[in-house]
Amino acid sequence: MKSTEINERSPWQDITEGNKIFEPATSRHFCTGEWRTSTPVFDREKCKQCLLCAPVCPDSSIPVISGRREDFDYDHCKGCGICAKVCPFGAITMKEGK
Amino acid sequence: MAIRERLSGNEAVAYAIKQINPDVMPAFPITPSTEIPQYVANYIANGEIDTEFIHVESEHSAMSATLGASAAGARALTATSSCGMALMWEELYVAASDRLPIVLALVNRALTGPININADHSDSMGARDSGWIQIYAESNQEVYDNFLQAFPIAEDARVHLPVMVCQDGFITSHGVENILLVEDEKVKELVGEYHPEHFLLNGKEPMAVGPYAVSNYYMETKRAQREAMKNAKEVILELAARFEEMTGRHYGFFEEYRMEDAEYVIVIIGSAAGTCKAAIEKIRQTTGKKVGLCKIRVFRPFPEEELAEVLKDRKAIAIMDRSEMFAATSGPLGAEVRAALQSAKSQAEVVNYFYGLGGRDITVEDFERVYERLEQIAETHVIEDMYDYIGLRSRD
Amino acid sequence: MKDTIEIRWHGRGGQGAKTAALLLADVAFKTGKYVQGFPEYGPERMGAPITAYNRLSDRPITIHSNIYEPDLVAVVDDSLLEAIDVTHGLSPEGAIIVNSQKPKEEILPHLRGFQGRVFVIDARAISVKALGRYFPNSPMLAAVVAVSGVMERDVFLQEMRASYQHKFAKKPEVIDGNMKALELTFEALR
Repeated sequence: MKSTEINERSPWQDITEGNKIFEPATSRHFCTGEWRTSTPVFDREKCKQCLLCAPVCPDSSIPVISGRREDFDYDHCKGCGICAKVCPFGAITMKEGK
Repeated sequence: MAIRERLSGNEAVAYAIKQINPDVMPAFPITPSTEIPQYVANYIANGEIDTEFIHVESEHSAMSATLGASAAGARALTATSSCGMALMWEELYVAASDRLPIVLALVNRALTGPININADHSDSMGARDSGWIQIYAESNQEVYDNFLQAFPIAEDARVHLPVMVCQDGFITSHGVENILLVEDEKVKELVGEYHPEHFLLNGKEPMAVGPYAVSNYYMETKRAQREAMKNAKEVILELAARFEEMTGRHYGFFEEYRMEDAEYVIVIIGSAAGTCKAAIEKIRQTTGKKVGLCKIRVFRPFPEEELAEVLKDRKAIAIMDRSEMFAATSGPLGAEVRAALQSAKSQAEVVNYFYGLGGRDITVEDFERVYERLEQIAETHVIEDMYDYIGLRSRD
Repeated sequence: MKDTIEIRWHGRGGQGAKTAALLLADVAFKTGKYVQGFPEYGPERMGAPITAYNRLSDRPITIHSNIYEPDLVAVVDDSLLEAIDVTHGLSPEGAIIVNSQKPKEEILPHLRGFQGRVFVIDARAISVKALGRYFPNSPMLAAVVAVSGVMERDVFLQEMRASYQHKFAKKPEVIDGNMKALELTFEALR
């Protein structure tokens, strides 16, 4: 059974044995972005592509493609603000709310 | 033809391990189970088996590494006793809930307080709620036979639960007795190759073992575990039938000894059952009194209905516990057998004894006195001490 | 003869009383017996008194208790006689074998009025004569077999030779010495 088919209404017979999950990267289905109470905003003009922000993101929510960071993955960003703290160029600012 | 040998219980288990040639054995030494990994290490050093032996720094690590190996897809086992098992405590529950078919060779020894190295069942009885199948042995022959059946039970798709194969420390682990060994090819046929359907090292199927499951999933997980434990009953009997076909030796959830007409019955676990059998023969030969024995082999899953069916119409029953649970009432076996009798609306008189704690010896004469008391209780219907002791020094 | 012979060994940790009990179980097993050989279980401490047991029978043995009324007692070290009641539970029909360099008359007063057969065997002298070194096990084992009659002398010697040949495959000189020790013991007890 796919993990996406198991939910809080599943009867015990439908839970996988030992709760094992037989597919990779199922955390993608878990949109932790819903938890966000403040949101990082990316300013492309100020960004020098130094990439200090990407590795410190605890939720891998700063996609890096071909050596350049893209805008935030708001499905998973929890709004912790670490990226904003680490950015030397003021390219990330935190705003209230989603 | 079976191979006639004389081995200690530890040698017998190590020999079974050699015949099975499991993939991984992490272990940490503790009396009286130390010899098992020691013998296995010898087999490995001599090139007789290719088991990966992992030297770990504690029993906590021994069970953790066994879990890891099993989850990775290996047939994995370990051995321990007493405080060693206590240090494995949290992993015992993880092994069961992760549904890993691990086998643990447990050489029963009293838990410390006061420190003691001798046999009693406080270690495994304490772990009776951990979700492991528990199989106990009276003799070296039985612990060997049980061990051979353990992996096929654990690995059966209807079960997928860890199995604890228990024997009494020193009494069988260090005592040399006659034993019939099963030929290697027959063992291979019984135990088979291990090909798990899902395993972590399978590159074609990425998977996760042991995810977080809070209140919205935990209860369903436990219910599924219970189902596996229920399924284990039929699988245990299937294995026993296959084993009997192979060796002629009969096993079930419990052994009924001279029960055909028995009025006075002892229910017991482990090596002391053999001493009880000698008492039964002596009593029957000298007095003709109808005495019998129910020796529990499988304590988890607990064969409640089957046991009650056999016991309910007897005149008097003594349930003998080799461990305390400090309810200030029954021992663990006493509580469960009495509950079974209650469910079956049995009218049998029942007493519960504590015996053999920390290795205290129990003799043929002790059993004779228990049967005498059962006879007396059946006549008078008066039970002064529902919870009594054997071999306890007391001012009373 | 009872169908099970029960033997109790007294020795000191490190002297080989447990090994002797296991050797006896081994050789009796090879002659077709049902056997038990087991130590009294405790921490292993060199020099501390230890007890080991054998049950030997023509029928399967189920009893798993210690032995309290032995048919035969073997004392590997006579210095134990003071501290330990070695004849405890031993019936007058039974026998005791004491390894000692002292004459029997000096041993008897330590046996607390035991009325049965008493054998004193100088395992040291036998071992030194046969092997050039002191290993009390072979003489004690032979003495137990001779006194208990648990198996025929020749069968015993044949099985022991096979067992020594296996055990001392790389030290053949030890095989003959040990066999000599067994034979000397049988002669001494004749």
